[in-house]
Amino acid sequence: MFPAKIWREFPQRYRLEAAKCKKCGKVFFPPRLVCNACSHREFEEIKLPWEGTLVSYTIIRTPPSAFSDQAPYAVGIIETIPGLQITCQIVDADLDKLHIGQKLLLEFRLIQKDGKQGVLCYGYKAVPIDAHNS
Amino acid sequence: MREVAVIGIGMTKWGECWQKSLRDLFVEASLRAMDDAGLSQIESLYVGCMSGGLFNGQEHVGPLMADYLGAGPIPAVRVESACASGGVAFRQAYMEVASGMSDIVLAGGVEKMTDVDGSEATYALGTAADQEYESFHGITFPGLYALIAKVYMKKYGITNQDLASVAVKNHAHGVKNPNAQFQRAITVEEVLQSSMVADPLHLLDCSPITDGAAAVILCPMEKAKSLSKKKPVKILGSGHATDSIALHDRKQLEVFASATIAAKKAFSQAKIGIESVNLVEVHDCFSIAEICALESMGFFAPGQAGKAASQGLTALGGKLPVNVSGGLKSKGHPVGATGIAQIIELVEQLRGEAGQRQVANARIGLAQNMGGTAASSVVHILEAC
Ligand SMILES: [Zn+2]
Repeated sequence: MFPAKIWREFPQRYRLEAAKCKKCGKVFFPPRLVCNACSHREFEEIKLPWEGTLVSYTIIRTPPSAFSDQAPYAVGIIETIPGLQITCQIVDADLDKLHIGQKLLLEFRLIQKDGKQGVLCYGYKAVPIDAHNS
Repeated sequence: MREVAVIGIGMTKWGECWQKSLRDLFVEASLRAMDDAGLSQIESLYVGCMSGGLFNGQEHVGPLMADYLGAGPIPAVRVESACASGGVAFRQAYMEVASGMSDIVLAGGVEKMTDVDGSEATYALGTAADQEYESFHGITFPGLYALIAKVYMKKYGITNQDLASVAVKNHAHGVKNPNAQFQRAITVEEVLQSSMVADPLHLLDCSPITDGAAAVILCPMEKAKSLSKKKPVKILGSGHATDSIALHDRKQLEVFASATIAAKKAFSQAKIGIESVNLVEVHDCFSIAEICALESMGFFAPGQAGKAASQGLTALGGKLPVNVSGGLKSKGHPVGATGIAQIIELVEQLRGEAGQRQVANARIGLAQNMGGTAASSVVHILEAC
């Protein structure tokens, strides 16, 4: 059983569902009720591609409590479609070879265990394209 | 709107204060500020505090502090804007006095952070980011600022030594501040040899976990001389702005648009140019933050603040002294208190009472306090009278 605070994010975390403003075309992830560019309130549902380009990255060596068993791990900002960036972990990667501008694939992975009951939270993580091919 | 002055200042010695509780810290700083002003009563109270809930299991901090300050049934409210809570509390107090609603208002800030362990503190601070789309993925605040540092370093070609020089400079200032958590000089080598927290940020690039409080008293300018013997310091301008909660929603990670807008508003109210400013306190929660904040407010052109500390431009005695208090880096960063302590440093400097840290002929000072990855920024400009 997933608590509501976890399942309500499923469309984004499982399917990368985003919202495109029907007036100005700006894309939002997660979806919003009102466009911050033109104040329009109608959106069309689109899905982000499961790939992107690395905009910046770091390696977390002092993690928050929920991630203490995973450190060190890489986290980056990834541009998926022009102007739309997301934050997520970069895994199956040689940490010394990460670089800005690198092409990455997004994959569906376990992110963390939530709370004392250890609910498994899944979502997207990035993987270098070369790691995926090998 | 009435002109407003700061007539009293007080803070506790910052550090790991095992003997002192959240309320002890706040009341101690507040009593010092009231004593400094020579006043025994206040009309209203604002408490900047980021997370009494997560650090101490205590919400409803406003009435708690009014109660323990013996201030009677006055209005008292906690102000939260993550690490900008203190600066925003100051602005709320300023607006209350400027509006004519009250004459004597206390703006304080407090955070008691050592009652939880390091990873719980990291979690609590992380709640200032987007919980579902940043923190959920395991990013921390040092991590978010590391993302900014990576982009800045690649774009402008500064080195780890340049970053470390910001911390070294602020520690050199902190040696001269008796209230600083670390009154200790450090070297570039020590910064680079300290453990890596989030590449490229080392432990000594990061502000520490701190217990502490700070408080100031505000009153209308026209009543300052009759209410207090202290030389009043006038609030010339106040600006406050916000930006996207998530860092990834910014086109340029290294530009703090909230700081740009808040500074612009404060300068426009103050009717002065940026060249009139004699000293600046900026929110150096990480070494890279000082660099980006200075550029975002227009003190340096983009790419030019990166080497400012290495070149000695921002040291005491330099072209533009920045964080002569020691900054968050050396003075400490009890998050809710930080914005108020920045104001206290400006008041001491503008009164000419900063001792060994005194900036010669300081007439105008600016303080910039921000929350999260600059999702909120508040800027104040103060003038000696
Ligand atoms: Zn739109």
